[in-house]
Amino acid sequence: MKKYLIYILNLLLIPFFANAQGVDNLLRSNGRIYVVIGVILIIFISIILYLIRIERKIDKLEKQNH
Amino acid sequence: MKKIWWKILCVVLLFYTIIGGLLVKIPNLPVLGETIRNLFFHVGMWAVMMTLFTCSVVQSIRYLSKMNIRYDIYAHNYASTGILFGLIGYATGALWMNYTWADPNAPSYSFSTVARDPKLIGTAIALLIYFAYFILRQSIPDIDKRAKISAVYNIFAFAMLFPTIMIIPRILPSLHPGQEGNPALNFKDVDSTMRLIEYPAFVGWTLLGVWIATLKIRINLIKEKHFIK
Repeated sequence: MKKYLIYILNLLLIPFFANAQGVDNLLRSNGRIYVVIGVILIIFISIILYLIRIERKIDKLEKQNH
Repeated sequence: MKKIWWKILCVVLLFYTIIGGLLVKIPNLPVLGETIRNLFFHVGMWAVMMTLFTCSVVQSIRYLSKMNIRYDIYAHNYASTGILFGLIGYATGALWMNYTWADPNAPSYSFSTVARDPKLIGTAIALLIYFAYFILRQSIPDIDKRAKISAVYNIFAFAMLFPTIMIIPRILPSLHPGQEGNPALNFKDVDSTMRLIEYPAFVGWTLLGVWIATLKIRINLIKEKHFIK
């Protein structure tokens, strides 16, 4: 549970980290297309982490049944 | 794999969304630039959240009329998946607004004005109401009592969703688009070529959300099989 809390907090902190100069320049280049890439990555990473969480639940269920 | 056709449709639509979403010709708007493509991703998350919360409240009503614990499991898992998409919507919105609304020359000052935006606060309240739904569930050990109370709370939570994310933010001035109607669903707001990607995108993301929710439901149905009539 603690891990997920830290993950959620990290997501909320993204705009602060993005203020670092190098990342900022990259995200502002080419008509800010990398912002779109960032958004797609956030969605992808969140869904993958959620699937891992579901898989852990299935593992627990399988252990109970054996 | 149960009923595979809509899962294939989901994957096909999401391929179309990501490829088409990155390649489609966009109108030239200086404030948004290329970030306008986030319409297919960020707004899609909110479409999923609304759909899943609606499914959840329907199952809660079904639970209250049939008193079968199966519907409580449906309602709970639809709501928890809805929360996931709400959080993703919030996180993607945070990144997007940092590159459109915030002033790069005065980041901390402009952040404080952006954070006061009524749409952000309204959505935060709506999500917190749904977090309270899960805390309420956890706090009641008796299964039938938990199902009954959380079903009633879920209906109230759904009723609060509309004032917090739709009514109040539209009364107050906001930086967020969609002051005059449903953001991104209004025919006047969205360019016609973008609409060709937008609607399939919403359907695709919604199917993905429902897919994840049904997986969770199936796990919980196995877990609680001794209690289901």
